[in-house]
Amino acid sequence: MARKLPRKDVVIIGLGWTGSIMANELTDAGLQVVAIERGPWRNTATNFAPNYAQDELRYRIRHELFLRPAQTSFSFRNKTSETALPIRNWGAFMPPNGVGGGGVHWNAETWRFLPSDFVLKTHLTQRYGAKFLPNDMTIQDWGVTYDELEPHYDAFEYLCGTSGTAGNLRGQIQPGGNPFEGPRSRPYPTPAQRQGYSHTLFAQAAASLGYKPFPQPSGNLSQAYTNPLGVRMGPCTYCGFCEWFGCANYSKASPQTTLLPVLVRKPNFTARDLSEVTRINLDASGKRTTGVTFIDTSGDEWEQPADLVILAAYTIFNVRLLLLSGIGAAYDPVANKGVVGRNFTHQTISNIVSFFDPEKFNFNNFMSSGSIGMCIDEFNGDNFDHGPVGFVGGGYMGQVQTNARPIQGTKVPPGTPQWGAKWKQAVREHYLSTVNPGTGVHGSMYSYRDVYLDLDPTYTDHLGLPLTRITMDFHDNEIKQNAFLTDKFAEIFQAMGAQQMSKQYRKAPYDITDYQTTHLCGGAIMGTDPKTSATNRYLQSWDVPNLFVTGASSFPQNAGYNPTGTLCALAYWSAKAIREQYLKNPGPLVHA
Amino acid sequence: MTDIRRRDLLVGTAFALLGKAAGADVIAGALPWSPNAASPPLPVHPGGWHFFTEAESALAEALADRIIPPDPGPRGTPVAVPGSAAAAATTPAAGSATRDTARASGSAHANGTGSTSGATGASGPAPDYRTEWCPGGREAGCAVFLDRQLAGPYGQSEGLYRKGPFQKGSKTQGEQNPETPAQLYRRWLAALDKYARSLQDGKPFVEMSTDRQDVILAGLESGSVELEGVDAKDFFKHLVMDLQTGFFADPLYGGNRAMCAWKMIGYPGAHYDYRDWIDRHNERYPHPPVAITGAPGWIPRS
Amino acid sequence: MPERTHGAGSLIAAIGVTIALAVALGCGTPRAQEIPNGQDYEQIERGRYLVLIADCAACHTADPSKPLAGGRPIETPFGTLLAPNITPDQDTGIGNWSDDEFDAALRRGVLPDGKRLYPAMPYSYYTRMSRSDVTAMRAYLATLRPVRNPVQSDQLPFPLSVRSVMVVWDALYFSPGVYRPDPKQSTSWNRGAYLVLGPGHCGACHTPKTLMGGDKNRDALEGYNLQGWFAPSITNDAAQGIGRWSADDLVAYLKTGHNRFSAAGGPMGEEVQDSSSQWSLEDLRSVALYLKNPHGEAPAGAGSTTAAAAAATPATGTPLAANDARMVAGANIYSDLCSACHAPDGTGVAYLIPNLAGSPNIAQRDPTTLIRVILQGARSVATREEPTDPMMPTFGWQLTDDEIAAVTTYIRNSFGHAAGAVNASEVHSARESLRPGASD
Repeated sequence: MARKLPRKDVVIIGLGWTGSIMANELTDAGLQVVAIERGPWRNTATNFAPNYAQDELRYRIRHELFLRPAQTSFSFRNKTSETALPIRNWGAFMPPNGVGGGGVHWNAETWRFLPSDFVLKTHLTQRYGAKFLPNDMTIQDWGVTYDELEPHYDAFEYLCGTSGTAGNLRGQIQPGGNPFEGPRSRPYPTPAQRQGYSHTLFAQAAASLGYKPFPQPSGNLSQAYTNPLGVRMGPCTYCGFCEWFGCANYSKASPQTTLLPVLVRKPNFTARDLSEVTRINLDASGKRTTGVTFIDTSGDEWEQPADLVILAAYTIFNVRLLLLSGIGAAYDPVANKGVVGRNFTHQTISNIVSFFDPEKFNFNNFMSSGSIGMCIDEFNGDNFDHGPVGFVGGGYMGQVQTNARPIQGTKVPPGTPQWGAKWKQAVREHYLSTVNPGTGVHGSMYSYRDVYLDLDPTYTDHLGLPLTRITMDFHDNEIKQNAFLTDKFAEIFQAMGAQQMSKQYRKAPYDITDYQTTHLCGGAIMGTDPKTSATNRYLQSWDVPNLFVTGASSFPQNAGYNPTGTLCALAYWSAKAIREQYLKNPGPLVHA
Repeated sequence: MTDIRRRDLLVGTAFALLGKAAGADVIAGALPWSPNAASPPLPVHPGGWHFFTEAESALAEALADRIIPPDPGPRGTPVAVPGSAAAAATTPAAGSATRDTARASGSAHANGTGSTSGATGASGPAPDYRTEWCPGGREAGCAVFLDRQLAGPYGQSEGLYRKGPFQKGSKTQGEQNPETPAQLYRRWLAALDKYARSLQDGKPFVEMSTDRQDVILAGLESGSVELEGVDAKDFFKHLVMDLQTGFFADPLYGGNRAMCAWKMIGYPGAHYDYRDWIDRHNERYPHPPVAITGAPGWIPRS
Repeated sequence: MPERTHGAGSLIAAIGVTIALAVALGCGTPRAQEIPNGQDYEQIERGRYLVLIADCAACHTADPSKPLAGGRPIETPFGTLLAPNITPDQDTGIGNWSDDEFDAALRRGVLPDGKRLYPAMPYSYYTRMSRSDVTAMRAYLATLRPVRNPVQSDQLPFPLSVRSVMVVWDALYFSPGVYRPDPKQSTSWNRGAYLVLGPGHCGACHTPKTLMGGDKNRDALEGYNLQGWFAPSITNDAAQGIGRWSADDLVAYLKTGHNRFSAAGGPMGEEVQDSSSQWSLEDLRSVALYLKNPHGEAPAGAGSTTAAAAAATPATGTPLAANDARMVAGANIYSDLCSACHAPDGTGVAYLIPNLAGSPNIAQRDPTTLIRVILQGARSVATREEPTDPMMPTFGWQLTDDEIAAVTTYIRNSFGHAAGAVNASEVHSARESLRPGASD
């Protein structure tokens, strides 16, 4: 039997980015808040210090900071006709674990989505007609607009100190920035990061082809910064150990470097680490949550009663807790009914490794940051006419190389042996003159009827609870999109002077072993219709109004950008609705 | 301190030092901290084999030297590298644990007189560590690396999802093998040894010429050589991946001895600050690499 | 480092040396006229502020749920003292004491039964407080919730347990008497002097001690080694003290725990958190004025010039040569491990990462604090104004004694410092003394 803890006003499940933002906003409103985190507490100086954080084997290859699959994993299949098998070791994406969540080990690429992304279905239908979209594509409008989110994007960027060059300031296009971005109310809080040689050459090549390159918006800061909460950050040192790693010198925006120091000082905030929420409890009516049940690492079970529950775990775990708790109708792809698990998406990523003349080019790409890079946005979203190309969606592309760590960063030109003397000499000759952007083409993935999440009938986690089952494959629209974008990307490297290129198009079937990004989205999406969304536009559960579900699980489909800026803006947007509307009159904020 | 936490009371214990997971905790009032708190890695100590038998270790070392062969020529022969101007003239003395005097005197802001790192000073081109003769996988410690990995969490698939039922799936669903790397390597090495002895003169793999060894390995890679009871291509894929991982990992794990692999490619290792360098486009970074356990330039003369 | 051999003197001296600093800093507000014994709000509020300034809780609170109920152990090499219960409990606290008895304890070190206090209780500083301030503190303490908590304060072995030996100590080192304002100086300067010399008892930690544990008054505030830390010099000397800091830097440090040069950690971090961060800005400005001008204020208008000149004054002496083997190794270690936070030129990040040119912990004659912070890491204090709580990682697991000696030597002879070399044996002793279980 679970032992009952004293009641709190709010319990937050997961202390990553959105959990921290929610905790800060709701404690500011005077509420008693407890955050329950599955993983351990992590601090900069004690968990990723500058004298051992830079360990590629430990953190990148052996996944030190991530969830252990032995604790819980997912099962995966491409098609509903197949038997899903468990993911035994992480591959395509890396579920975070511990305080700070993905905010600890992200690259800090801090993008905004395009205004048209939020009204995607309406926009595409108006421009191209409904028949232009594939039959089984299930894209939706979000129920919130860019203009509504703009102040919250701004709040998040100023929390993080994001380094960048504005492209659209209150409607005025700015030189050097992204001319396609939505209007922003203020410039970035800090100037863009400095760029390495390969990033700079890429921008020159892109400009020579008529594109408008701009620096990637970066949560690795170009200079020291003090955020509105009074928390100080240092300047990024271009160490090349960003994604998969914790930042050792307070220069990457994370809950640790922007929020937690203030949060822990508040008398109305407490956190519990190493405690895994197993259920969101409902009262007899099933329409109201009474709190959560969790199990700590000693195996003790506890009940934390609360008036308001914020579900702020990683995308798939948000969906899983809803399914395990029986909140919202589980999605059924055959009947095309139900909401929890539908519109699950990832990202459509590809890469080109380019080899340059070692006599002429020395890129030193080991000096880098997580969100360094020069990008173009000409082929993102609906920034170009899709009529002639026969697909929808797009992405940014750029030389966004974050590192040249040698276990993974020693590439050899096509045709070179993978071992032996020739391999060794090729590695030696090409290491400093190779350009390997990683997620160089960062494309959207739109939603489809047969890409979804549910509970696995066979495989269970360490507690005996069913794993979440992923059913996912790439569809022709995304494959076409990627081929188009990858070829455009290659033209830029050609102009840059590459001698050889290894083009790695994204192709079906979706491969769970091949790292793409950790940008899994959807499954508990926001929207305007309870029949096709799990939450309303304020991230409030349609079924249980004292439950809010934050994070990328709310994205109806994924855009061609990294999701963190948007999911954090949504957290601020939702917190504002709770503070200004819900607390005055607890109940549904939108009546269906 | 307003909130004294359980963890704070474990001040400075080896417990905290080794980063062992403490129990679930309540955090309030202040960020947790205690003296000596850290989760540093545990370095591999050389000597002996923790997983391999003597015979397996000999085979593993022979394989390491074929996957990553020693540079041609006798030890110390400089290697020509494109982009390394006047390579021979600036090759650092072979095997010298070069003290990084260039950096110390050139970059130093010692006494407040320095500005930005001048790196090489006026004493001619900086050494290009890539031109140093680089040993093979055996001498670099790649077999030791593999031995310690197989004896440790990697060998036991620790932390991975291990629940059954194990079923064969599609390639896109990832490996579904109930065996751990430790179990697999035991069978793989035995199968390779058996195969080698089954050839005409019955010689064990380790006694073959390197040319013959390479022919067998190429056969494993292509699938033309089949080993009894094991998936030879899968074996070879893992072998290459694991040995090359050891070659390029921090030397604390047993491979990349003396940072030979990092020098070979011009990678500075665990250095954490390139603010002085990010704007210096198309310039070779002149400093020798540094590892988590240190660099030759750290040790002061007593 | 001869400073750290403090076991050599008489036993009494040893007590004074090792204990005096364990106590937090004192306080007071001088008033021209004494307020009668009324239990009025103003007096109680003033008493609360004085108890805060004196940081009585630093020693007298062991359990945060029982403020000032005593029981916090103060460890010495010779035994443990427990701070007594000063809540108004009749049996186990000071509820039965008269105001005169309270005053005698605070300002003369004499208990109601005539026994002598050990100088862990800084009565030699509190003696400079006014009677009115002491009475206000008493009035405030009387409003606390009485907590029954018997404390056997004195756990020292014989003969140290014989408190009458303190009579001798008092005769040597205790000069009673309230602070007398210097009429030539401003009210603010006098207030600062009163706080520093009296209730603030800064010298309890920062003033060198004789072998008998008494203050070396001629070396006032020049720094002192206690409890495994070196409380740095806080004189206005540019090389070793706070001469490179402006008065505003000092105020920011005491108020927020951080300034553009440095951050408070260790015992000073506790002091900032529990006490000086809550002092009034006016009092902190007075303290800064006094510490920057201990011999009196310069003529009007010249103060800032003096400070600027002091800041520009290079360290006296010559730093070790850059080609010294220890300097070369230290520079390499610094570049590989330290520069990512402290910057290649040692400037750090203002208010986040200490500036090694301007932090007073670098070039002290005694490198104890520098070695300790490198060995086991440190946390800086988090305050309302500076909540970031940046921490120094531990390098003790990674660097050998030789390497720590080299990097310490490098830092102490770079960035404008010329503070001499540190040798590996010093690092070794520090490492041994910081082992869990080792006594300080």
